[in-house]
Amino acid sequence: MAQIGYSKKVMEHFMNPKNVGVIENPDGYGKVGNPVCGDLMEIFINVKEDKIEDIKFRTFGCGSAIAVSSMVTEMAKGKSLDEAMKITRKDVADELEGLPPQKMHCSNLGADALHAAIKDYWVKIGKIKPEEAKTEEESQEGEACGTH
Amino acid sequence: MCGIYLDHQSACPVDPRAAKFAEGFQREFGNPSALHSRGLAARVALEDARAKVAQLINAEGPETIIFTGGATEANNLAIRGLAQRNAAKGKKLLASSIEHISVLNPLKDLKKMGFDLSLVPVDCTGIIDLTLLESMISKDTVLTSLMYANGEIGTIQPIKEASDLIHEKGMFLHVDAAAACGKIPVDVQQDNIDLLTISSNDLYGPQGAAALYVKPGVRIQPVIFGGGQERGLRAGTENLFALAGFGEAARLAKQEMAEESSRLRPIRDDLIKEILKIEDAYLTGHATKRLPNHASFRFSRIEGESILLTMDAMFNIQVSTGSACSSRTLEPSHVLLAIGLKHEEAHGSMVMTLGKSNHPDQIPAIVAAVNQTVQRLRAISAMH
Repeated sequence: MAQIGYSKKVMEHFMNPKNVGVIENPDGYGKVGNPVCGDLMEIFINVKEDKIEDIKFRTFGCGSAIAVSSMVTEMAKGKSLDEAMKITRKDVADELEGLPPQKMHCSNLGADALHAAIKDYWVKIGKIKPEEAKTEEESQEGEACGTH
Repeated sequence: MCGIYLDHQSACPVDPRAAKFAEGFQREFGNPSALHSRGLAARVALEDARAKVAQLINAEGPETIIFTGGATEANNLAIRGLAQRNAAKGKKLLASSIEHISVLNPLKDLKKMGFDLSLVPVDCTGIIDLTLLESMISKDTVLTSLMYANGEIGTIQPIKEASDLIHEKGMFLHVDAAAACGKIPVDVQQDNIDLLTISSNDLYGPQGAAALYVKPGVRIQPVIFGGGQERGLRAGTENLFALAGFGEAARLAKQEMAEESSRLRPIRDDLIKEILKIEDAYLTGHATKRLPNHASFRFSRIEGESILLTMDAMFNIQVSTGSACSSRTLEPSHVLLAIGLKHEEAHGSMVMTLGKSNHPDQIPAIVAAVNQTVQRLRAISAMH
């Protein structure tokens, strides 16, 4: 465990991740990462009265990728969509009592997946146009691993 | 539950007998280069260790053994020392594509100094292509470096055949036998090896000690300069405590290796058989030409660092992985890529290396832990 220095909080969320699973026909769905780089994350959300009523994730990746996914779903649950959009990668890492420096980028994709799911919902309800849903942070595929 | 240690390739416990033997030299200290009685006693102990290490690999004599502070240092000495000393013979260097980084990195550094480096490909089991090796040797080739066995996939190379090809053309062969020594018989005279790296800790000796065998008549130059210890090839006062333990561990390995390997082989075979029953689990490396204590796998759709952490935190079983996510550089293992795995496949690797503390009774617990780990991570995984 200590080999790459995960915090107790990371190990807690890695060993007992919250909100693992799938929502059938979700209101919003986001998928980020690239299996070539060792991380692939998907987040499903259901929205009620502009709040995240239910949220689930599935992740292929290392210890911190799984912990990050679990933490971001916990942080987003019950929040309004606008509030959830404000959750940053750094917020997630801070809540996890820090991530090893080399893991800050590659496996810290939880906030990106969450934002992608929210934007997917906004596209569906016509709040934003599909092209507005694309931002640089979600277009990981094709990029060199570890450099985004 | 008491832990099960399956990462002997990374670090071995020191054999209590070797530790006890070495302990004596903590009290009986002395500098082996000093001429007084304390120094002479230390010199005797050092030469005793040298003789024992020489015997393990059937070297021509103790004077062929140069002690170093680790296998990385021995590899650096072999490669830089030979290439630079013999640069007049040629400036081409060859190595297999699955060498340890302590071989590959000094070779790459030599490239910056005007040497030319080519890597010999391996097949999907990790065996070097001898035909290609032969075709890659030219009259300018000065050194080929090949590992006896690979620590990550366990594959044992056809060293004798490679050695014949290399010596037919009159060039030098360095063999990194850090992973192999103490597990399979290594005979430098029979295999006609010019330079060979041996690691102490891999033989259950103390860490911080290793040796480079230098065949009589083969000339190398030092990389560390100073007081002229170790025939002038590795300056610095010898680490007598560690080297005495290394010598004793080598003696024990020579005596007990055959028996220990036959004890571990069936455990390894059972582990492989049971773990390959898991859906989309694959063996990495060669099915039979592999180290007797070595079982290595890859699992689709899950990642190796997660496997390592789950096995450790949930089952107190320590394994290793070649996954990029567990390395400092976040680069996937060059060994797994060289045997033809895709990046996403290389991410899902798990390596188990058995040792003296392992016994057949542990097999069911290990197999159950791997099953549950794979199941757990696949249930979380976004890859289907």
